[in-house]
Amino acid sequence: MEEKIIKQISLFAENKPGRLANIAANFRKADINIRAFTIAEAGDFGIIRMVVDKPDVAHEVLHDAGFTVSETSVLGVEMEDVPGGLGKIADVLGGQNINIDYAYAFVTKTEKALLILRVSDIGASIQVLSGAGVKLIDMADIQEI
Amino acid sequence: MIEYWNPLVERMPVDELDKMQEKKLKSLVNYVYQHSDFYKKRFDDVGIKPQDIQTLDDLKKLPFTYKSDLRDTYPTGMFCVPNEQLVRFHVSSGTTGKPTVVGYTRNDINEWSTSLARALTSIGVGRGDVIQVSYGYGLFTGGLGLHYGAEEVGSTVLPTSSGNTDKQLELMQDLKTSAIACTPSYFLFMNEVANQTGLSIKDDTQLRVGIFGAEPWSEEMRVRIEEATGIKAYDIYGTSELSGPLCTECQYQDGIHIWADQFLLEVIDPQTGEPLGEGERGELVITTLSKEALPLIRYRIGDITVINKQPCKCGRTHPRIMRVLGRADDMLIVRGINVFPGQVESVLMTIPEVGEHFMIIVDRINELDVMKVQIEMTDEAFSDKVNDIIILEKKVESSLKHVLNLAVKVELVEKGTIPRSMGKAKKVMDNRKL
Repeated sequence: MEEKIIKQISLFAENKPGRLANIAANFRKADINIRAFTIAEAGDFGIIRMVVDKPDVAHEVLHDAGFTVSETSVLGVEMEDVPGGLGKIADVLGGQNINIDYAYAFVTKTEKALLILRVSDIGASIQVLSGAGVKLIDMADIQEI
Repeated sequence: MIEYWNPLVERMPVDELDKMQEKKLKSLVNYVYQHSDFYKKRFDDVGIKPQDIQTLDDLKKLPFTYKSDLRDTYPTGMFCVPNEQLVRFHVSSGTTGKPTVVGYTRNDINEWSTSLARALTSIGVGRGDVIQVSYGYGLFTGGLGLHYGAEEVGSTVLPTSSGNTDKQLELMQDLKTSAIACTPSYFLFMNEVANQTGLSIKDDTQLRVGIFGAEPWSEEMRVRIEEATGIKAYDIYGTSELSGPLCTECQYQDGIHIWADQFLLEVIDPQTGEPLGEGERGELVITTLSKEALPLIRYRIGDITVINKQPCKCGRTHPRIMRVLGRADDMLIVRGINVFPGQVESVLMTIPEVGEHFMIIVDRINELDVMKVQIEMTDEAFSDKVNDIIILEKKVESSLKHVLNLAVKVELVEKGTIPRSMGKAKKVMDNRKL
């Protein structure tokens, strides 16, 4: 079950010019590839969330560069590109009273849609989603994307 | 066993101290009337002659002296001795106006050192201690003041002055510093730098005592510092006009003992100038009883505090001033409400998610004062859910509102972005054009 957990990099950033460029420069130096990326902005600050190929290295370089950064456990769900794909996932989780804290999606080179989810109970989510035949990706898949 | 530097003086019965003060006050009034044109004119203007002052109760007949008097008579117009009797000058920074100059006779320096020797002894610092003086040396009184006081008690001085933090930490380890004197903000910064380099002040150094002052700091900050670094943190009080840093708390950390043979204290209502009773909060007024070069009569120092004359557990009989909340000059008036940066610090330090650094920003937007407090996001408090961060901001806002009775906007900023200080930290940005 453990291997189905994706380590997402979350980072606190003030909403001011140059912050993103700084992150990008650090990643370029450390040869880190971003697989998925989103910013949740709330006025003066934002939270940047990223799935990268080398999360531990990314955490270290950002921390050393002075950022407030954490590794957050999230799920990566491979979605079928057909109507109702998202609805199914939401139904399965909702049926077990599991809350989705946030979600964001991206499309891979292989033309699959991937959904990143942070949920209130990650263990139970893995069980019910797997049980419902939903494909969860792991860190090895992230390297391949 | 409690140690004293001058046991006879420090434990003198209160009535004897009063008699001593009365005698010294009478001779002081004569002295300034004869030696200072400034005081002679000040007394003549209100029709006071030295012989009108016979008891401590007569003190209130004397006119106040203000910081502006020192500026108006710049550089040495209030001095009571000719320049050739001076052994030193110090000059205050002059952030609020023209700098002020303080002069010292040899005896003034001795009295200053004695005051600090008593204070250091009262916190268990003496022979065998290495005192790292990380206050700035130079025109500022902090560095040289502590230096002389530490030598007086027979400690070994490590005169690092402020800045060059890596070197400070290296020497602290290598020379086994046991006590440090600096501003509380600089010590916090040192601790931050130490942590970044994997050094623990608690585990990797011999440091056991901190002597912190030159800026107001709160009881809650003391708890933070002591827990983080394993030292005992003591408050020190003084200003350049009174010579410099002078007096500290004793080992019981319950108010700063002000030596009654050197200083006469009053607390007044800052608006009316009327003396307040013991235990009432007001503006501190100090009369110097031993200074020769620049004696001060009823000097409006501007600090807001409470005097405690109850005997202290340590056996010292001299009055204590309770933790200075702030200087009247530092007080902000926001929408008609008085706010001291120290109050803000007190509130913030009780909230575990909040780090040690903060900045108060006051603006006037559409004729309305708006106060904002910036605090830094910490690694411990960071959650990647936006709502958790907003809840934290609201929690701090409501705690501040509860204490200040004023709506305050709290803004979380990235760690390390609020300016760190090697000396007195600037904690307020008042952008209003008043």
